[in-house]
Amino acid sequence: MPVAETQRAIRRPPPPEPGAPETVVVEDVHLIYRVAGRRRKRNEASGALKRLLTRTEQNIREIHAIKGATFTTRRGESVGLIGPNGSGKSTLLRAIAGVMPPAQGRIYTEGAPALLSVGAVLIPEMSGERNVLLGCLAMGMTREEAEDAYDGIVEFSGLEDAISLPMSTYSSGMSARLRFAIATARTHEVLLIDEALATGDAQFRRRSEKRIRELCDAAGTIFLVSHGLQVIRDTCNRVIWLEKGEMVMDGDTDEVIDAYEDRYDPDARTRRQQMIDEGAVSDDGGFGGGDVTGGEM
Amino acid sequence: MTELRLAADAPAAAPVSALREGMQQAGARPRLGAYLGQLWDRRHFIASYTRANNEVMYSRSFLGQLWQVLTPLLNAAVYYLVFGLLLHTSRGTPNFVAFLVIGIFVFHFIQQSVMRGSKSIANNQGLIRSLHFPRAALPISTTGQTCIQLMVSMVVMVPIVLLTGERPALRWLLVVPDLVLVTSFALGAAFVIARISAHIPDTTALLPFVLRSWLYLSGIFYSIEHITKHNPSIKILLELNPGAEYVELARAALIQDANVQLRIWAFATAWAVVALVGGLVFFWRAEETYARG
Repeated sequence: MPVAETQRAIRRPPPPEPGAPETVVVEDVHLIYRVAGRRRKRNEASGALKRLLTRTEQNIREIHAIKGATFTTRRGESVGLIGPNGSGKSTLLRAIAGVMPPAQGRIYTEGAPALLSVGAVLIPEMSGERNVLLGCLAMGMTREEAEDAYDGIVEFSGLEDAISLPMSTYSSGMSARLRFAIATARTHEVLLIDEALATGDAQFRRRSEKRIRELCDAAGTIFLVSHGLQVIRDTCNRVIWLEKGEMVMDGDTDEVIDAYEDRYDPDARTRRQQMIDEGAVSDDGGFGGGDVTGGEM
Repeated sequence: MTELRLAADAPAAAPVSALREGMQQAGARPRLGAYLGQLWDRRHFIASYTRANNEVMYSRSFLGQLWQVLTPLLNAAVYYLVFGLLLHTSRGTPNFVAFLVIGIFVFHFIQQSVMRGSKSIANNQGLIRSLHFPRAALPISTTGQTCIQLMVSMVVMVPIVLLTGERPALRWLLVVPDLVLVTSFALGAAFVIARISAHIPDTTALLPFVLRSWLYLSGIFYSIEHITKHNPSIKILLELNPGAEYVELARAALIQDANVQLRIWAFATAWAVVALVGGLVFFWRAEETYARG
């Protein structure tokens, strides 16, 4: 166990200096989804007409996804967000990205955070090549900068063979790789990654972990949502545990994850210990292992 | 457990006054001037995205880019058959074929700009959610695409007009300012409709009917002049319709016997300026809301 722990400690980016400048300030943020909750008479036209005429507000259901989050991150921090499905992790990232306005409270960020999430394809009908160039231009690069960045992006994504095919033909893992490569071609002050690495294979995972460390070294801040606790252990130097929209814990990676495992998967530590004892721990075991999920919302 | 702190005891975030310079509120929209600057910085993106989309659009069909020419031609043929040959709305209109073709091509451009503008936000959610850029780049790009198609249809239109017996003249050059005005108007309309349909999804369902009604009211296959001979008040109303104005101006430039009063130029210019400026401001005011879900 000590050997494995040391390795992890080396892989993980070091925590920032105490006085490092803030990158994200989240002040008592509440996030609420308003959904037209048509529980009955869902597809009846008469029902729709009635609603229009009576304009009842009771059909709008409110889902309080984040109930008062407050924290500050600094340059060089890589923050893991953990919690069961429906605990508000992705919603919080969207709010930091500026995609979802808070119902209450405020969020301040340095620069314009980039959000990488699963399933968000850039332009599905276009080739990977086009997506790379257009993605770079959309991030504000000049044409020359985009062309200079092109080779590096394609190489990093490892998709040299598929780069001329339309992105709609890519597997979810391939498109996640390309998006990650594009988004990290520019240094972002804040990069938000929502399960986007989960679909990559072991080799790509190692590469992206390295890139995350580089970005942290370059004084950026990374947020990582993942159900793979091993990934969080390997790449994050701070973890926030969310539960039903509330922050349960916020602190050092190992402390929070250990507490989380004790709550949801008490055997995990024993299993890991066994695996380490048997010498079966590999670098690639992260994504499947330690997958803890709670109730769906 | 030394570094661990419970969230409930976490110190409050830095008060607003203590924020470092360079920090901005998440999702807040930039001021209009800064926004225009960002748009200018993204001009390469807009140009590339426009071109790429235009190439992709017909990539799955067998005839490919040929559809850019075929679609307006088929439209013109159908309208000629129905209105020229069957219903005889051509009465009182000199050179009906040229009249019809110019009308359809110009109006089709406005229609397409509005139609694609309405989908520009919904169809690009992947891009909007992952990357930061001024969202106005999207309606600009969709209007740019229809603009390319307008240029293609101009190339088709000129030989048709020549075949109908028109002779090139200096007044043909008036088509250029008319196209500039109609493009500015179409872009403004695309901004407006992009914001509306981003917030009211039903717009896309309703829009074809609105556009069709507009087509019928814009004197594309009948002469407004002719049918409102005895009814000047309706004529004024129809003349205030920007769709009709841009069509009339193009006809006056290309058809010898078609005339247009100077006030139509004034109306058309006013519409173009108001639509573009008003549309851009209208779109920008909801900038932070275009990413969905």
